[in-house]
Amino acid sequence: MTVISPEPTRSPESRSISESLAGKKLPRWAPLATAVAAVVIGYGIGAAGSIFGLAWFVVAALLFLIGQTAWSFAVEGRRHAIDRLATTLIYTCFIVALAPLLSVLLSVITKGAGVVFTDFPSFFTETMRNVSPRKPGGGVAHAIVGTIEEVAISAVIAVPIGIMAAVYLVEYGRGRMAKWVSFFVDVMTGVPSIVAGLFIYTFWILVLGFDRSGFAAALSLVILMIPVIVRTTEEMLKIVPNDLREASYALGIPKWKTIVRIVLPTALSGIITGVMLAVARVAGETAPLLLTTFLSQSMNWNPFSGPQAALPTFVWDQISNGTDASVARAWGGAFVLILFVMIFYIGARLLARVFAPKAR
Amino acid sequence: MAKRIDVSDLDIYYSKFLAVEGVTFSVEPRTVTAFIGPSGCGKSTVLRTLNRMHEVIPGAYVNGKVLLDGENIYDSDVDPVNVRRTIGMVFQRPNPFPTMSIYDNVIAGIKLERTKGVKRDRASMDAVVEKSLRGANLWEEVKDRLSRPGSGLSGGQQQRLCIARAIAVEPQVLLMDEPCSALDPISTLAIEDLIEDLKERYTIVIVTHNMQQAARVSSTTAFFNLAGIGQPGRMVEMGPTAKIFSTPTEKATEDYVSGRFG
Repeated sequence: MTVISPEPTRSPESRSISESLAGKKLPRWAPLATAVAAVVIGYGIGAAGSIFGLAWFVVAALLFLIGQTAWSFAVEGRRHAIDRLATTLIYTCFIVALAPLLSVLLSVITKGAGVVFTDFPSFFTETMRNVSPRKPGGGVAHAIVGTIEEVAISAVIAVPIGIMAAVYLVEYGRGRMAKWVSFFVDVMTGVPSIVAGLFIYTFWILVLGFDRSGFAAALSLVILMIPVIVRTTEEMLKIVPNDLREASYALGIPKWKTIVRIVLPTALSGIITGVMLAVARVAGETAPLLLTTFLSQSMNWNPFSGPQAALPTFVWDQISNGTDASVARAWGGAFVLILFVMIFYIGARLLARVFAPKAR
Repeated sequence: MAKRIDVSDLDIYYSKFLAVEGVTFSVEPRTVTAFIGPSGCGKSTVLRTLNRMHEVIPGAYVNGKVLLDGENIYDSDVDPVNVRRTIGMVFQRPNPFPTMSIYDNVIAGIKLERTKGVKRDRASMDAVVEKSLRGANLWEEVKDRLSRPGSGLSGGQQQRLCIARAIAVEPQVLLMDEPCSALDPISTLAIEDLIEDLKERYTIVIVTHNMQQAARVSSTTAFFNLAGIGQPGRMVEMGPTAKIFSTPTEKATEDYVSGRFG
């Protein structure tokens, strides 16, 4: 039961404000002043209670939040105070979300760049063949080759399957079959990477009797890539306006050609982003590679035969050696891996921009 | 090259829902026929059955006949793709292909559908583009920027680009589904002038909510209405435009065109 309350009685002040469009505002320097005050007081409290590190910063942030909201409430009124509160909270969340990323990047760069660039370019050109774990030297050339070959093979297999599955789901799929396909894509999204590795290990290596190889690793990566590509491509195809499909049909263009020449190009930039995300995901996978191609200290150009190194397994291997020189090489490997994903990311963005629909 | 259309006893269904019932009419070659009527009465649905575009919606089908120069386009051995090549369509909202330039938009229908005997070399493509854009009264405005994206044009220009794209494949009939409803009066005038030119060569059927427009461009007008709430749409009457707008036979038509209803 809702009782409709009468118009709330307003104080004379608020009525006088509503007569003019301009309201009272905090001065422009208010946020900065509050922040400085909050930091000073927060640091003071921290020093007094001898809590240091991040803790005093949290105190300062809380003080800023309370102080600014209270000040704004007193001067500007309720709506502005809530606005400032929400703005501050959103920026805080943004910083909190960004902090781990920056921290990871920073530690990988500070600890990894040294090894990579001390005797540049040997870290990129040499392998770990005949390099003692206790001594510095060696490089990731064999691991770079392995990662590029394995990721490339898995992309060549997974991208067409993923895109065609998405085209089926969006353009053709009706009824039970489409529901099952969609369901299994969801299931695949949740498959832990080590399970994908185990599956290929038992199926490809134990049952079919093939040797461990980069190709086996690529097969396990395919399992991880497909669902990512299907889902992102599906979303991209769904936002292609139906108007375009109808316009194409009305010109007497068959359905398959409409999909290939009109729908896919329109969604291409988003599809490239999805493929790129999938590649970035599998490039850092370690567990399935350990099961399917294991480790190697030397260069193996042939992905179809014998163990092959890869950047993530290189990092794992070096870390487990435990010596200073090896741990340093592990950070170097991590740095190269991030560099690899980043270069790929930038390349894909540029490619996407070339293909994106242009307004003018 | 324009063809006539004869529709007889056409019932249009979306799955089990009967949307339009018992439509019978004829469209003469090289005339403009306007469909008028309140929203939701099935004008666009009838228009879309004329080139089998309504089949794009899952579950849609028809009973009855649509004859194009005597050939039933709903015969089981008729390919809808061929029907749509013969009967072109322009939509309510301009929809140029966003990934293509103005030039590629115009020749999209020719380039993407291989037809025997159609030359596809650069020179004949250039000729098609110029002819179609001139036909759509757009050539002078875009001739210096044919390689720019079609989506950079204004709304009215985009709609004329869509008309150029539709006439580039040289259809026999041109269907227009409220082609001016998203356009300003000046662009509307341009499109209406264009319809006046196009009817020399094509059979045109146009759906419009604008009764002045129907009166200006068409020679024949058909009035559609719902038989009642929840009832299927039907064609109330069809006749020469002048008669429909002055002395219609049915009371419902008179109420609608005089603004007392709808």
